[in-house]
Amino acid sequence: MKVLVPIKRVVDYNVKIRVKADQTGVDLANVKMSMNPFDEIGVEEAIRLKEKGVATEIIAVSVGPQEAQETIRTALAMGADRGILVKVAHEVEPLTVAKILAGIAKAEGPQLIILGKQAIDDDSNQTGQMLAQLLGWAQGTFASKVTIEGGKAEVTREVDGGLQTVRLNLPAIVTTDLRLNEPRYASLPNIMKAKKKPIDEKSPSDYGVDPAPRLKVLKVSEPPKRKGGVKVKTVQELVEKLKNEAGVI
Amino acid sequence: MAVLLIAEHDNKSLKDATAKAMSAATALGGPVDVLVAGHNAKGVADAAAKLAGASKVLLADDAQYANQLAENMAALVVELAGKYDAVLSPASTSGKNFMPRVAAALDVPQISEIVSVDGPDTFTRPIYAGNAMQQVQVAGGKKVITVRTTTFKAVGTTGSAAVESIGAAKGPGTSEFVRDELSKSERPELAAARVVVSGGRGMQSGDNFHLLEKVADRLKAAVGASRAAVDAGFVPNDYQVGQTGKVVAPELYIAVGISGAIQHLAGMKDSKVIVAINKDEEAPIFQVADYGLVADLFKAVPELEEELKKQGY
Ligand SMILES: Cc1cc2nc3c(=O)[nH]c(=O)nc-3n(C[C@H](O)[C@H](O)[C@H](O)COP(=O)(O)OP(=O)(O)OC[C@H]3O[C@@H](n4cnc5c(N)ncnc54)[C@H](O)[C@@H]3O)c2cc1C
Repeated sequence: MKVLVPIKRVVDYNVKIRVKADQTGVDLANVKMSMNPFDEIGVEEAIRLKEKGVATEIIAVSVGPQEAQETIRTALAMGADRGILVKVAHEVEPLTVAKILAGIAKAEGPQLIILGKQAIDDDSNQTGQMLAQLLGWAQGTFASKVTIEGGKAEVTREVDGGLQTVRLNLPAIVTTDLRLNEPRYASLPNIMKAKKKPIDEKSPSDYGVDPAPRLKVLKVSEPPKRKGGVKVKTVQELVEKLKNEAGVI
Repeated sequence: MAVLLIAEHDNKSLKDATAKAMSAATALGGPVDVLVAGHNAKGVADAAAKLAGASKVLLADDAQYANQLAENMAALVVELAGKYDAVLSPASTSGKNFMPRVAAALDVPQISEIVSVDGPDTFTRPIYAGNAMQQVQVAGGKKVITVRTTTFKAVGTTGSAAVESIGAAKGPGTSEFVRDELSKSERPELAAARVVVSGGRGMQSGDNFHLLEKVADRLKAAVGASRAAVDAGFVPNDYQVGQTGKVVAPELYIAVGISGAIQHLAGMKDSKVIVAINKDEEAPIFQVADYGLVADLFKAVPELEEELKKQGY
């Protein structure tokens, strides 16, 4: 079966971002960009399914600027077979991405689409679920274990109270959580090989989608800063301060 | 503005998150109806009827809602949504699971994890692990919103809304529940606790978390963890505090053997008072801590328990 892995190019998780002085957004100039960590986990899961003989072809898709091609190359170097880049120069909302992905799913006919549970830039946690609804498919979100058997997917999910396991008809959507796997690094030979793998370029209009944002961002501001406090020397001093100064115990 | 609030519950009890999300719902203008979708959940509906601000409770009591499967929940909420201008839910793993489906079905964007209602169509939400706050305005159409409940106060229980039973919606039948493996604990729930004691990689093992549990017991605290501690298998996944785990804002947060990565801070920096115990005086956690103790946790934590005991906690 074909597996689709949507991936997003985001500010690297190690970067401490800065809000622009004019409050129009976050300063992305000269900032290190990487594949969204949850999407890396998605790519890895797809590759493992291929290694097990469950998946036959892995298609990495990114909706984003021209540079997102590098992100697709990373997925190809890890082991995806080919890529699709849907070019949009500005930021795209999760619903728009979901609509584009739904169009790709209809054209490609995958049995499984594995997305990250959230992108670490907008922290929306929406795209996979929206895509599932648009396609009328079942979903296993926040997955820490995925097994494909007998035409169904069994997905163990990380939920507030612990774990929940669900069984889904295929085709289905899975969104990854941190414990699903540890993504591999691409080897040098595979990075070289990836350069020859095909990447198709598309635009939202190929899927009949208008990429214009629907929400208006009025401003982006700095969160209130916490002031650092004091160092205490002993546990006794700590307890005394918590009791008498802060009054929280 | 007619608002539908989806209740968070486990079929037995109504979660505090619902009372907090009710604050956000009433800030929109109201009236607010509360949907309880569950199985044998009459008790939950009765509790929801007491929430101040509830004008009606809709109870959809059916086996297909017992485990809040996203496909079935979304089908029900979409069916009801016609009568409402806004649909809200706590940003729990359950709300996060079905709400985007509702938004997609209604062809509107979802506004995730709002921390304030700035106007009837204007909301603020954290992005980049809370390192920036984004204020957004909805252009039109129905509003689909999840609420970061830590920033809203729970409404009181002075209400007396009527409970109306409604039928189940036809679910798509594409998914089924297999099993739950829920963490059992006598301690307060992490998201609602007044005091949280969290351990990180510095704890070195799951066994060592007993040191924290002893302190937690004295302070009636919940126990949390960093991602590193969960990844290492010291504690279950539902202990994780952070950008991609739980967001907590207790009166007191005690971070033990946690370095203070931005992803961890994202989940606890709105706590009223933060204490850090770490042997590395350069650890970034000290930059947000009100009280920092540079010490070996294996010495400091037992001492802390002893001192609390001495003081009668
Ligand atoms: C996509 C993504 C999502 C993430 N989401 C989260 C999240 O939700 N929550 C989260 O917590 N992290 C998250 N992380 C991980 C985060 O980046 C850090 O790796 C993690 O928080 C580190 O955990 P830690 O502080 O326990 O470990 P470390 O950074 O290894 O720190 C251990 C600390 O313990 C101290 N220590 C060691 N021994 C002792 C001792 N004997 N006495 C006292 N102190 C001691 C050390 O000085 C050190 O400061 C995420 C990362 C990514 C990429």
